[in-house]
Amino acid sequence: MSDGGADDKIEIVKGFIAPVRLRYTVNAGRASSRFLRGLTEGRILGQRCPVCHKVNVPPRGACPTCGVPTEEDVQLGEVGTVTTFCIININFDAKARELPYAAASIVLDGADTTLFHLIQEVPVAKVRMGMRVRAVWAAERGPSLESIDHFKPAGEPDAPYDSYKDHL
Amino acid sequence: MNRCAVVGIGQTRHAQKRTDVSIAGLCREAALRALEDAELTFRDIDAVVLGKAPDMFEGIMMPELYLADALGAVGKPMIRVHTAGSVGGSTALVAAHLVQAGVRKRVLAVAFEKQSESDAMWALSPKLPFQPPLMAGAGGYFAPIIRAYMKRSGAPDEVGMLVAVKDRLNALKNPYAHLQMPDITLDTVRASPMLWDPIRYLETCPSSDGACAVVLTDEDGGRRAARKPAWLWGAAMRSEPTMFSGRNLVDPRAGRDCAADLYAQAGITNPRQEIDVAELYVPFSWFEPMWLENLGFAEQNQGWRLTADGVTALDGDLPINPSGGVMSSNPIGASGLLRFAEAALQVRGLAGAHQVDGAKVAMGHAYGGGSQYFAMWIVGSEPR
Repeated sequence: MSDGGADDKIEIVKGFIAPVRLRYTVNAGRASSRFLRGLTEGRILGQRCPVCHKVNVPPRGACPTCGVPTEEDVQLGEVGTVTTFCIININFDAKARELPYAAASIVLDGADTTLFHLIQEVPVAKVRMGMRVRAVWAAERGPSLESIDHFKPAGEPDAPYDSYKDHL
Repeated sequence: MNRCAVVGIGQTRHAQKRTDVSIAGLCREAALRALEDAELTFRDIDAVVLGKAPDMFEGIMMPELYLADALGAVGKPMIRVHTAGSVGGSTALVAAHLVQAGVRKRVLAVAFEKQSESDAMWALSPKLPFQPPLMAGAGGYFAPIIRAYMKRSGAPDEVGMLVAVKDRLNALKNPYAHLQMPDITLDTVRASPMLWDPIRYLETCPSSDGACAVVLTDEDGGRRAARKPAWLWGAAMRSEPTMFSGRNLVDPRAGRDCAADLYAQAGITNPRQEIDVAELYVPFSWFEPMWLENLGFAEQNQGWRLTADGVTALDGDLPINPSGGVMSSNPIGASGLLRFAEAALQVRGLAGAHQVDGAKVAMGHAYGGGSQYFAMWIVGSEPR
């Protein structure tokens, strides 16, 4: 409560700079390690659930729906379908990306879950749901989805809506 | 299960920057108003439940420890709740559970966010291990989901703009609301920058500083309340994993299951007919029609028609967000509790200029994470 006393003449402290740096060590685990090693070798691996037979990518070593271990590796194609996407005109970090860019949910052929990745080599206005796209590998690969530099149009006819409507 | 009543409600003036108060001062502003409404003091409170979004936002680890003193919680049970954006709703429900279980008689629930002291866009765009940096805040996550809804439902582009205008005009009747945009029209929304196509600037929520508090009591406290209480009819929470095959982000299973549980508790079989007003968590305008479907107010792909036909307007048959909603004030951690509190104000008849005439049954709703956490309650003007 202000009583008009001496305290009112004090300039309020409104901020100070406190940089925070977080360095993580992440143990990827067995299933993710196989997936990440695969990316280093230019292969995209999923895992099939023995109960529902869905193929999860990235694999987690267990089916999130059935709660059972998944041990069967499945190599997926490099081509998939854009199920939905957005065009981003705003960066959270000025040096993150050239604007605008399109980021899409992509269901790879043979997979039952989507990956979120960059679409390039096509004007953003031409990106569309159902578009068939192909992975373009980065010049230098490592244990990361960054080994896929981006996806580009695969030059195939668009997939019908019914073929991907369960992956929105 | 014991009855639970909402006997006190307080909220701050929400603004882009509340430089006049610290975080503790912000929380106290809401808490003292709730106690004043209940004609109680901190001394009367048995336990305090605090909610806010991730600590990384303001960079204060475990702020509940720092805030215990300001919230009169010293020497009392103090519980921190964290369920991402739905946390305000979950905070109310944890407090309600303490009363319903008969463990506490009077519980204070407080939720806050001081976005001017945080960087939510940064905090929501983490560098994930083994992933390319593609995320651009919450908008980048939700824009593809909205596009999927637009395609699936065939809703005209204008629906998102209608919600953006409606909620800002409602906010003009709410003296606590952050955005006050008397001149907003469909044209100004349409002309605003496309941030995360298909989401325009004016189709998103603001960043706000604000807090909200509610006092919950047992039945005895409700009967002796200083002002008309709101009675809890149902309270439900659900969650679902981030990724699984067939996950429907437009119409999440956890939201449907949560609503089904809620309606069963409240004895509601036809929400469209039996609920008079709802405060839904709509941070991007298109989520109004999406949640209308998820919560059973409309059939699949038909929710947008309620918006387009004016049903969800303040003078419509099912007003949604008469307070102006998240689209007009978004202190993230508090946003869910504001939905719950505004629903309670409606059935108490204390909502002021944005009161819905004769509201007897109201719903408060919150969601968070990647549409993973859901919290809901139904309150009535009479005990059930």
